[in-house]
Amino acid sequence: MTDQPPIISIRNVTKRFGTVTAVDDVSIDIKRGEFFALLGPSGCGKTTLLRMLAGFETASEGSIEIDGQPMLSVPPNRRPVNMVFQSYAVFPHMTVFDNVAYGLKVTGVPKAQVAGQVREALALVHLEDYGRRKPDQLSGGQRQRVALARALVKKPKVLLLDEPLSALDAKLREAMRLELVHLQHSVGITFVIVTHDQDEALSMADRAAVMDHGVVRQIAAPGTLYEHPNSRFVADFIGKMNLLEAKVAGVSGGRLAVEIDGLGRIDVPHEGDASGEIGIAVRPEKTRLSKEPPAGDLIGLKGKVSDVAYYGNESHVLLDTDTGVRFTTTVQNEVRRTDSSVLIGDNLWISWSPEDTLVLSE
Amino acid sequence: MTEATIRPPRRRRSRSEINPLDYLKRPWMQLTLFLSFLFLYFPIVTLVAFSFNDSKRNITWKGFTWKYYEKALNNDSLHDAFVNSMIVAGTSTVVSTALGAMLGLALHRYRFPWKGTYEGVAHLPIVIPEICMGVAMLVFFNAIGMKLSLTTITVSHIAFTIPFVAVVIRARMTGFDVSLEEASRDLGASEWQTFWHVTFPYMIPGLVAGALMAFVLSLDDFVITFFTAGVGSTTFPIKIYSMLRFSVTPEVNAASTVLIVITLSLTLVAMIVQSRWAKGRQQ
Repeated sequence: MTDQPPIISIRNVTKRFGTVTAVDDVSIDIKRGEFFALLGPSGCGKTTLLRMLAGFETASEGSIEIDGQPMLSVPPNRRPVNMVFQSYAVFPHMTVFDNVAYGLKVTGVPKAQVAGQVREALALVHLEDYGRRKPDQLSGGQRQRVALARALVKKPKVLLLDEPLSALDAKLREAMRLELVHLQHSVGITFVIVTHDQDEALSMADRAAVMDHGVVRQIAAPGTLYEHPNSRFVADFIGKMNLLEAKVAGVSGGRLAVEIDGLGRIDVPHEGDASGEIGIAVRPEKTRLSKEPPAGDLIGLKGKVSDVAYYGNESHVLLDTDTGVRFTTTVQNEVRRTDSSVLIGDNLWISWSPEDTLVLSE
Repeated sequence: MTEATIRPPRRRRSRSEINPLDYLKRPWMQLTLFLSFLFLYFPIVTLVAFSFNDSKRNITWKGFTWKYYEKALNNDSLHDAFVNSMIVAGTSTVVSTALGAMLGLALHRYRFPWKGTYEGVAHLPIVIPEICMGVAMLVFFNAIGMKLSLTTITVSHIAFTIPFVAVVIRARMTGFDVSLEEASRDLGASEWQTFWHVTFPYMIPGLVAGALMAFVLSLDDFVITFFTAGVGSTTFPIKIYSMLRFSVTPEVNAASTVLIVITLSLTLVAMIVQSRWAKGRQQ
């Protein structure tokens, strides 16, 4: 599996609209059978990149290969990919059956085969009994399933999904996440999904590329993106992050000594080299609150609680630390009680282990 | 804090809160409405009523008759004029609907240099006074040495109805989701297939409305037709006008009534098509 050539190979692709560079020198290899996410804030170029894969935009520079074939001058209707559009783009004047059959009919698949394949595709998305309905008789979620069936019936090498869950309500979105992953496993097709929702990317994708201003910041598995972000942008974009600015004071034997204003000198584990200004970061759930200063080699900061946000399963406590940086920490609400164990104005210590400290040089 | 202190302030019933339809219950509103309808439709009702008048003159009511409809129907020159009008309106509608739809679609879809100017010029016939348009057409046909005939009428009707069709098509296309076309391409359809299977079905209500508009505009056009009609190419409105010059007989009323009925039924058809389509979308 691993030594197979990538199904999609994006090489130094740049896309300019007039003076605006939407995608800037992007190179990505997507493996066969992978669930790949393009993740980033709106306007980061992820949708433009997806549209270049589908053939709706042409790269200004660079090359795109799908299954070893260069795609530069191949129009959308001759590419071995299919797309699920953000608006679903289900044809309003056709029944569900005709919508799914459309891609087969226009490419001259014999009539005898069309009906069987359409039924199969509708079964795949649990819409067997909806063939005769018109799109305006369907809910948003059902319309999306039609769009999925319509793309999958073509048996593409890659399925492209443009923000597929953004128009659904929260409950349905969560259910669809699981379903998309199951669907991908059962059909075995490579999925490339565009999303601005980090939860979506983390929970569904095998790997994700985090994009910002047309540039790819990091390509990695969700766990790596979360626990080992390579830059301040990735750390901040994925999940919550407490960030301190620091100066490198010395490197020795896999450990890094840094100087932080208001905290002094601390020692954190770090592979490789670092110098100058860096970021020291820690995830909120890896910190603890205590009334007493932490013991041992824990890193501790004193502060005053400025806000407590209740989320049911957990609470987010904001702490104004003496370094002048506002820290967030999560407190699990393990015991059933309605009053808060932490009150605004409390003077507390926040602490975490050096092993949980991230060093961000970018 | 007690509950009583935060009761929301009671809202005063102001003039603006009256239901729009409630105005119809007011006498002055009813009077205005009645007068408006009277001014608008009394002449037409009179015209239609007197077409059934059993008298040579249109002044006094002498009894009901179909006589003048019979007379109008047997009037060969009126008959010819009607056929001419149908030929002109039919041909110009087909051509201007096709051209207008293309214009509307192009203006909706593409951006090109001087688009604003092009758009303004293309829509000029809507605002140009008809008399100028008529004179311009006449001068043009003279300049290129084209003899005035049904063809020249048809050509000028095509010219002035195209922008009306284009406007209707363009309005229709503003609600069109471009990703439908992209989805079609993505599913393997060529641009041509995409147009016929996806774009065209969406345009149909606009095409029907535009075509009916073009037909009605052409059917009852007088000014432009008057300038571009040659000998033997008299259309219905021009024939009615020439009959008027001799005397206003109920025959003219009868002929006009026929024209009104045709126009009204076509408008009705257009409205039914539009509402059916709107209902179909809501389901």
